[in-house]
Amino acid sequence: MSFPWANQYKPKNPLMVYLDQKLPLPRFVYNAIGGGYPVPRNLNYAWNFGVLAGFCLVLQIVTGVILAMHYAANSMIAFDSVEHIMRDVNWGWMLRYAHANGASAFFVVVYIHIFRGFFYSSYKAPREMIWLLGVVIFLLMMATAFMGYVLPWGQMSFWGAKVITGLFSAIPLVGEPLQQWLLGGFAPDNAALNRFFSLHFLLPFVIAAVIILHIWALHIPGSSNPTGVEIKTESDTVPFHPYYTAKDGFGLGVFLLIYCTFVFFLPNQLGHPDNYIPANAMSTPAHIVPEWYFWPFYAILRSFTVDFLFIPAKLMGVLAMFSAILVWFFLPWLDTSPVRSGHYRPLFRKFWYLLVIDTLILGYCGGSPAETKYVLISQIAASYYFLHFLVILPVVSSIEKPLPLPFSITEAVLGTDAVTA
Amino acid sequence: MVRIFGPLIGLFFAAALLWSFGVGVAQQLREPDPSTAVKDFHKDPKEDIKFSFDGPFGTYDNRQLQRGFQVYKQVCNNCHSLKQIAFRNLSALGYKPAEVKAIAKEWTTKAKTFDQKTGDAGERVNTPADHIPAVYYPGTGNPPDLSLITKARHGGAHYVYSLLTGYSDQPAALLKKYPDSKTPDGLYYNPYFANLNIAMPPPLADNAVTYGDGTPATLDQEAKDVSAFLTWTAEPEMQKRKQTGWPVIGFLLAATALAYLSKRNIWADKH
Amino acid sequence: MAELLKAEGTIDAPADVSHDGVRRRDFINIAAVSFAGVGGIAVLVPLISQMSASADVLAESSTEIDISAIGAGQAIKAIWRKQPVFVRNLTPVEIAEADKVDPKTLRDPQTLEQRTMPGKTNWLITMGVCTHLGCVPLGAGQGEVKGEFGGYFCPCHGSVYDTAARIRKGPAPKNLEVPPYKFTSDTVVQIG
Repeated sequence: MSFPWANQYKPKNPLMVYLDQKLPLPRFVYNAIGGGYPVPRNLNYAWNFGVLAGFCLVLQIVTGVILAMHYAANSMIAFDSVEHIMRDVNWGWMLRYAHANGASAFFVVVYIHIFRGFFYSSYKAPREMIWLLGVVIFLLMMATAFMGYVLPWGQMSFWGAKVITGLFSAIPLVGEPLQQWLLGGFAPDNAALNRFFSLHFLLPFVIAAVIILHIWALHIPGSSNPTGVEIKTESDTVPFHPYYTAKDGFGLGVFLLIYCTFVFFLPNQLGHPDNYIPANAMSTPAHIVPEWYFWPFYAILRSFTVDFLFIPAKLMGVLAMFSAILVWFFLPWLDTSPVRSGHYRPLFRKFWYLLVIDTLILGYCGGSPAETKYVLISQIAASYYFLHFLVILPVVSSIEKPLPLPFSITEAVLGTDAVTA
Repeated sequence: MVRIFGPLIGLFFAAALLWSFGVGVAQQLREPDPSTAVKDFHKDPKEDIKFSFDGPFGTYDNRQLQRGFQVYKQVCNNCHSLKQIAFRNLSALGYKPAEVKAIAKEWTTKAKTFDQKTGDAGERVNTPADHIPAVYYPGTGNPPDLSLITKARHGGAHYVYSLLTGYSDQPAALLKKYPDSKTPDGLYYNPYFANLNIAMPPPLADNAVTYGDGTPATLDQEAKDVSAFLTWTAEPEMQKRKQTGWPVIGFLLAATALAYLSKRNIWADKH
Repeated sequence: MAELLKAEGTIDAPADVSHDGVRRRDFINIAAVSFAGVGGIAVLVPLISQMSASADVLAESSTEIDISAIGAGQAIKAIWRKQPVFVRNLTPVEIAEADKVDPKTLRDPQTLEQRTMPGKTNWLITMGVCTHLGCVPLGAGQGEVKGEFGGYFCPCHGSVYDTAARIRKGPAPKNLEVPPYKFTSDTVVQIG
């Protein structure tokens, strides 16, 4: 870390001194998430969600590795092996519900983390790399979650696999062979199930690696903060430990309360009943929808109902769905306002709230049956989504007159700063 | 670059979407989506009945589950499998090991055997370790396996109950509005079924079974009992789940309260 | 300037408490960390116990074997709990040979009587699992080596069992285990 006042790691225990000389892992941890990392003193609870996301990944890896000990990735017995976990394996029901709801929890946490980034413009220089790595993590999460949902081999698993790989068939010329290659056949079957299982096991570790890069990149400029004013002096910061470990501990408690309520009392609330019907290649469920965390993107996909300028509607839908996430990669260069925090950008803030509502509407429509009224609503909502990022942000950042910023973080917290006093 | 192409791409997508929207609205104005018999007459499961396992404190009523098992055995099992359940699982309904053994032994469908050496298929009596043998149904329709039926349908036990008690004649209003939607021969009208016409004839009736515990076997009672039983087959862990959940929540409440106090202490000098 | 700022930050803070031993605020911190520790340990219980045998494996399982076709001096292999079981019809010579040995001289002292059912001493039913490291001994199949004591011989590490399946030579510590079984009729035996 580049802050000169950061606490230095000084082991007292001779064993720790020895370890520090041979393998300075404790020093590394101390500087990364311990007393050696100075953090802005004014972070609000929106900043809890990074640590929570890390916790969710660990939770998913631990429960996932355990489920893999009992699960059988074979299309003949995959469904029954999941029921075997639920009925016969010791605590199997808890581990599976923990994993299934853990995926939802992970996405809730990461969505809040992302929208916090939108509000406080966390993507702006000097933190572009953190943001880009974050979008990569999110894409990897989506791939992992999709393949995980296929594994129980229920109706939604099967048809989800078919529809999502079907997206690739929209690509001109190579689409059909590409889909066949992805599935290892003409329709989802053993080959697809096995590769999805293999990749579902692998990708979380890739995510863990990218998270390490994400945190590494974070430690170059240090954490952002709700004022968006950079750290100037030591009084602007507190050491991560004990201040933010304590705050994150409390946040984790609240998170676990909500999470455990779902695991123990509403375990199937976020799932779809059709996935308790074994996969049947001969009959599609009446309302085929993905898991809730894909609903906004699913709504965008479904919004393109007619060909446009000779581009087939199917291809447009797929392009738009992927663009809806890819556009996040360009945020650092689309929003050029010198001010970061939404607290000091009155116009930007209004559009941020609009984006939240818009995304919720898209989510609602994406989870609803494909009826005309929902498609019409999502067409309006999806246009706003693209206009927000690609047109409104650049325009707002050039015409908006931001509010005056505090001189420093300390001033923002205490109302006065030694320098101004 | 980004600030030139970005808005162009944004406007392109917005234009395509608004084009789709315009075409969609025009279509709706010209000929709105037709209403269908399913849209007008399908009913959501009845919510007004109560089960002992409802709510975060709910538990199974073993006597009811045993009655429901009897209904399954004597009625549903003629067409529907229950393959996720092994006879040994029935001990959770309060049956003693000897009773479970007897149930397995007396089960009419025998366990299938296959001699690896001779290639001969055969049969033997069921043991408690066996799963309930699959039922094969050659007639019209595909009776689903019932092990997970309450988890596999919106409304769960309420759906099963509503379906079993929901048979009726086709309403005259339906036939008047949708003359083409007359229930085909061999199917039965049931407004709780997804497409209104179900292949299963009304399976239950008053006194379709005779309960050993003296409970009057009305259609309503049988439907309730078998719905409860099928909830157990779908979620045999439910009681343990809730009973584990409460201490976990209690512990987390205490731990979170302490974490909050601890956080306030540590931050006391920084605000 | 740094000193100035430091003073500013600590104006309304209470004096450093570490000199006064454990005070209320320290107690709360310790309690909070302890709760986290207890919670973490409690979570380990399901994570560890999930690996032990599941309910379907533990479910009472029994195997019925028809022994009518096993002639004197012959043996068959059956499966119980996913492991081989040897059912052997001893000849009078083999019984005599087993009874000849003084049990006190054996590593795992047992008589043939103790290892069979009363009145059915010719039916020797044992697990086909060597008590050394779990290989399947030879001697039950037709034409297999029976070892120098005429019983079973484990090819993995050279344990030799006699006609009562007692360990006589080699590294195995115990006699071949006798599973729980009963004769449901003269020709059918139920194991487990």
